[in-house]
Amino acid sequence: MEFGLVELSRLQFAMTAMYHFLFVPLTLGLSIIVAIMETVYVMTGRPIWRQMTKFWATLFGINFVLGVATGITMEFQFGMNWSYYSHYVGDIFGAPLAIEGLMAFFMEATFVGLMFFGWDKLSKVAHMIVTWLVAIGSNFSALWILIANGWMQNPVGAEFNPDTMRMEMTNFFEVVFNEVAQAKFVHTVSAGYVTASVFVLGVSAWYLLKGRHTELARRSIAIAAAFGLASAFSVVILGDESGYNATHTQKMKLAAIEGMWETQEAPASFTLVGIPDREARETHYAIHIPFAMGLIGTRSLTDEIPGVDQLVAEANEKIRSGIIAYDALMTIRSERDATPAEVRATFEEHSADLGFAMLLKRYVEDPREATDEQIAMAADDTVPGVGPLFWAFRIMVGLGFSFIAVMLYFFYRTSFKGMQYPRWALRAAVIIIPAPWIAAELGWFVAEFGRQPWTVDGVLPTALSASHLSITDLLITLAGFVIFYSVLFVIEMSLMIKYIKKGPYMDVEETDVWMERHADRLSSNDPALKPAE
Amino acid sequence: MILHEFMTFEVLRVIWWLLLGVLLIGFALTDGFDMGVGALLPFVGKTDKERRIVINTIGPVWEGNQVWFILGGGAIFAAWPPLYAVSFSGFYLAMFLVLAALILRPVGFKYRSKRESARWRSNWDWALFVGGAVPALIFGVAVGNVLQGVPFHLTPDLLMPRYDGNAIMKLLGLLNPFALLAGVVSLSMLLMHGAAWLGLKTEGAVQQRAQKIGTVAGLVAAVSYALAGLWLAMGIDGYQIVGEVVKDGPSNPLYSEVAHGGSWMAAYSDRPWIAIAPVMAFVGIAMAVMGLRKGKEVSTLLWSKLGITGIISSVGLTMFPFILPSTVDPNSSLTVWDSSSSHLTLFVMLICAIIFMPIILAYTSWVYKVLWGKVTEDELDNNAQSY
Repeated sequence: MEFGLVELSRLQFAMTAMYHFLFVPLTLGLSIIVAIMETVYVMTGRPIWRQMTKFWATLFGINFVLGVATGITMEFQFGMNWSYYSHYVGDIFGAPLAIEGLMAFFMEATFVGLMFFGWDKLSKVAHMIVTWLVAIGSNFSALWILIANGWMQNPVGAEFNPDTMRMEMTNFFEVVFNEVAQAKFVHTVSAGYVTASVFVLGVSAWYLLKGRHTELARRSIAIAAAFGLASAFSVVILGDESGYNATHTQKMKLAAIEGMWETQEAPASFTLVGIPDREARETHYAIHIPFAMGLIGTRSLTDEIPGVDQLVAEANEKIRSGIIAYDALMTIRSERDATPAEVRATFEEHSADLGFAMLLKRYVEDPREATDEQIAMAADDTVPGVGPLFWAFRIMVGLGFSFIAVMLYFFYRTSFKGMQYPRWALRAAVIIIPAPWIAAELGWFVAEFGRQPWTVDGVLPTALSASHLSITDLLITLAGFVIFYSVLFVIEMSLMIKYIKKGPYMDVEETDVWMERHADRLSSNDPALKPAE
Repeated sequence: MILHEFMTFEVLRVIWWLLLGVLLIGFALTDGFDMGVGALLPFVGKTDKERRIVINTIGPVWEGNQVWFILGGGAIFAAWPPLYAVSFSGFYLAMFLVLAALILRPVGFKYRSKRESARWRSNWDWALFVGGAVPALIFGVAVGNVLQGVPFHLTPDLLMPRYDGNAIMKLLGLLNPFALLAGVVSLSMLLMHGAAWLGLKTEGAVQQRAQKIGTVAGLVAAVSYALAGLWLAMGIDGYQIVGEVVKDGPSNPLYSEVAHGGSWMAAYSDRPWIAIAPVMAFVGIAMAVMGLRKGKEVSTLLWSKLGITGIISSVGLTMFPFILPSTVDPNSSLTVWDSSSSHLTLFVMLICAIIFMPIILAYTSWVYKVLWGKVTEDELDNNAQSY
């Protein structure tokens, strides 16, 4: 495989995936917020809630379409750019993707049309149900995608079949109820809810600053703050759960994130900040919090968390074991049914480490001919980029905690201060709109970059997974995606801003009729009860 | 997890081959008219109002329709991983073009009418034209190439897919005369289908223009389909599995021996009943063309669906059990018997399909029922959410 092909394939995948994930979190959260607003409308019958529903749904729609469109790229890119990956694990990985289509995506995409076109064709309740179905569909979609991704992090319920030269499913339920997938799912959708809450909060704050659409803005802030507060707690708690899972499923990723070079005596300390140095195998200027890492990672005072050096030594052993598996595999591949039973037995014994032998393919065509140095180099490759992971993780966590603070504050002002917000807080709410996107992208970076050099942890190296394309192929599509996606992004942003500036469509007549009917109750002075202007 | 043993591997493979067909046909029947409508847009709508009417006929349904395509991709990945791996990477740049077109289309629907500027709208109209016509053409070209076999092989040790040729030549190599003819078949059939849809959903000048163009497109589809059939019989070699056919063996294409030669049309003497597919194709197109000329609405769309179903299934039935033959190394060819997922995965996926397909069909039908009726100017003016 030529140099550069794998790197370009990775670059393209990272780019298109991160681009896709600019739209997904907002879809996940805003679909639910819109459904909540519409439910309030159906329950109270107050026109303002219908106007709010329609307004936020318009922004939801502009965002949704790009999420759908860029999602197609994701599904097709596995086959286009990662053909050996697709062959090697398609038996397991393909299933959740297909089920996502069957169970979730079909539902959300079919009903989203009615959500926009069905206002006059459906009863109030039926339309509300349609909106909820879109929200549920979007969230189920995330479930199956994260089951697929969770399997890449923690490949359970599968084993290698030497006849077909690929991983095959042995237990569907283990794949579905993979602990990594479940924690990731709740973490990811919660992040989406936080994103949408911050978005609704920020846009509404901007309206309040401008003194426009204040009725809509105050109510939207109330929903966003309550929903956002619950979600911000959820995202942090489930993030912690993911970390706990990593201590027994992805030890190397955890050690890299923490910049833990050596195994410390339990309970390990947590490095708050520092500068990890791969050459020197130490983290400079580190500020430690005693015991914290051991407690978070193992939830015990006695369990050890292995450091990078120890894990590299273990990888070295696994590579040697994998070479034995590889040797037996080659015999099975050539002899087929005539393979001696003891060779099959040897393969069974070492097959779990086969992927480690494949790491050598970067250095030598036949892993059986690898030298000790090559094995050492391959073992060292199992350490992902510690510096970027260390920092990406810390920024993400810091942002995560800051969302709790923001939501707490706005929830407090909403609940106890009569929905009055100081101008500095509103300005801050506008400024932090991009923050949840940064946190989400960093989160994916930690998850995926932290899994390197594997596409499927311990099973299939990234370098082997890529399609055998030419550099020209990659350069053409990379350039294509960059140009195409940039143009779409500019268009999307301009439409978003246009529709935010334009504001909601207020149906005056409808509001007047409603006000007459409820004139008595509205004579109170409580501003929160006043209907729309 | 022993339930799956109750269904043999062989039966599951045939079922998934059928389901693959169902998904591709489902895609062609639903998203097919979206593509047709996109390609017809600049020609059937002259004013902005007319074009908005055309776009709003598919506005509420294109998202659901497009899922057939996504689900098709997912199902190929889950049930036929080697096919997914070889074809998507082998047709790399062609796939990229399809992707670009399919991304452009939804965005065009959604964004076109969000600004008043005539220039903005006209740009999107052409984007929609490209987003409809290009994939319609490429899908046909791809099928034309599959029938001829494509230059890939699997490495003997690790079964890695390899595709011959450099980037540009791979793309240009796809554009051979037979494949282009197949592209004409698919483009014209989807234009006919789009016209049949517009015949049902619009009225007045737009409807008449659509029916007029649809009539011509239907005739082109019938003629080019017949020509492609003749060409296939006379000038293109088929593939055969040599020796014993193992139907429940491991999914390793290299375990069977394949010969390139003979005719695909031999399938019609082995299994004469498959002739029903081309018959359906011709009858469906003929009736759809007549319906378009006479201005019939519902029945025309149904005949058009029958014609498309006939065309697509005739390709699958003719090639069975081959799915993707290889020209450079026939033994690498992918067949129903050696390129599926494992027994367990096929079974699990079948259960999922049995549970969810009826639900999907039920709510899709309900949505179409709610949206039943023609799209009119009044409706556009009254709904602020319309495109």
